Amino acid sequence: MTNTLHRYGKAETFVDDYIVFSLPAKSKMAGQTGDALAAQKRFMTIASQYHPVSLGDALHGGALRPTKSNSIFGHWGKRNKPNLRKVLAGMSKAGTMAAVFDKRENAEAFVKRIKEEELGVSVNISSSIENAKNACKVAGIPRHSIAYSLGFEHVGDNTPGKQAIMLSTMCGHGMVSINLAQKMMSFVRENRRSPREAAEAMSRFCSCGIFNTTRAKRILEDVRIGVK
Amino acid sequence: MRINPKKCVACGNCTYVCPMGAIYIDPLLQRATINRDECVECYACYNGLSKEVLPPATVRFVRRTLANFRVRFEPEPDVCPTTAFEPDKLEWPRVVRRAFSDPRVPHESTGVSGRGTEEVKTNDVTDRVGIGEVGFTIELGRPGIGARFRDFQEMSRALAAVGVSFEKNNPITTLMTNVETGDIREDILNEKVMSAIIEIKVPVQRCEEIIRIVWDVEKRIPTQVVMGVGVRCDEDGEENIVLPILEKLGYDPQRAKTNIGLGRKVIRDLTNAAPVEAFKELENA
Repeated sequence: MTNTLHRYGKAETFVDDYIVFSLPAKSKMAGQTGDALAAQKRFMTIASQYHPVSLGDALHGGALRPTKSNSIFGHWGKRNKPNLRKVLAGMSKAGTMAAVFDKRENAEAFVKRIKEEELGVSVNISSSIENAKNACKVAGIPRHSIAYSLGFEHVGDNTPGKQAIMLSTMCGHGMVSINLAQKMMSFVRENRRSPREAAEAMSRFCSCGIFNTTRAKRILEDVRIGVK
Repeated sequence: MRINPKKCVACGNCTYVCPMGAIYIDPLLQRATINRDECVECYACYNGLSKEVLPPATVRFVRRTLANFRVRFEPEPDVCPTTAFEPDKLEWPRVVRRAFSDPRVPHESTGVSGRGTEEVKTNDVTDRVGIGEVGFTIELGRPGIGARFRDFQEMSRALAAVGVSFEKNNPITTLMTNVETGDIREDILNEKVMSAIIEIKVPVQRCEEIIRIVWDVEKRIPTQVVMGVGVRCDEDGEENIVLPILEKLGYDPQRAKTNIGLGRKVIRDLTNAAPVEAFKELENA
């Protein structure tokens, strides 16, 4: 899946956006053997020690998920908060498991630690090219392969509504619609929701759990005061 | 997907959350309605909206009454207050829409969820893209536009015409009737999906040629194109071959996925490994 590669924005807008994810090679031709799920559980448990914004299991969701009420009073109840423990407890099948970090030092320390673990599952860093390069340098790892994002053709740096695109493309599967992002931007401008509430509302739609609420809050703070 | 008219209260929340903008409030029915031709069966509405169980008739009465006083019923923006969405049983060929649009559904052809391909993310195990090669992922449909299989066919035919081979472990390739010509099954050509990826591999020398073909096709199809370019780094972890070509063509890549080379053919046996503890304050972090 390319759910994080094409996040829209210049490199500096990824200052608080590091996604470190693991996945096993599933094709038979790859010939990978061993218990991938056990390795990925360890990957995610270790990630939880480095203060991630979210952990995401592509099959079951992230730290913030939609809720289901059984009573009419649920309509007036408090909204759920991020729950990393639920992600760890729910992992049942090997797949794409991601940890989202908003601080460089946490992401780099996690990469260094995970190298020492020698789990054997593939690990990727999705961020600015420079961020990933620095993390590899700190961990003493030469990069193996790179997938460059060439960006959306004809969508330039000064496209109108670029902040809505920045928010929407944080779910690369398109689950966070541009219309919802624009609505949340309006809600923040009108002070009907705080940037945190608006970011969390969008995050619940990201079924892989890789939506970065810290980056979203920062973008929404800019939107509120008219920074383009 | 369908919306149960007995439950819908036309609050309008779902009109914003649909990535395709395919949901609207029908002014005659006074209910949320789905444009089935535009709907890609991504299930963002069904899976993403939180579900509440307010009584529909009461909500409609309250809404009408409040509207007279210019007061608005306003549920949380990510909620369906009456749980009105109900999945349809999808038949062929419509079922391909969901397979390519709902990231929780693994592609049967590859066993991979999301967009169904591992690209260079497992290159350290598969060696899919080697030194001197370039792996292209050409994605159509993002952000929030969608694409029909006839658009993919336009692209795949143009690429096949110059003799490139398509990645076998890719869901679009499995839907081709002829990989030599890039033809895709005729019965799905009008089906619309959120996005999908055509994946090819060529020698570095053909990098510019492929990009120019994509540019050319992109002008003819009614959707958006975004390319990923996967390459193998050298022993020092550097990549100085493809990046200059991209820069020469006017690109200034900002973001990338970096495979850090920790994948192995044999995954570590953790049977006797020292346990690790999760961070204690995991809830409400």
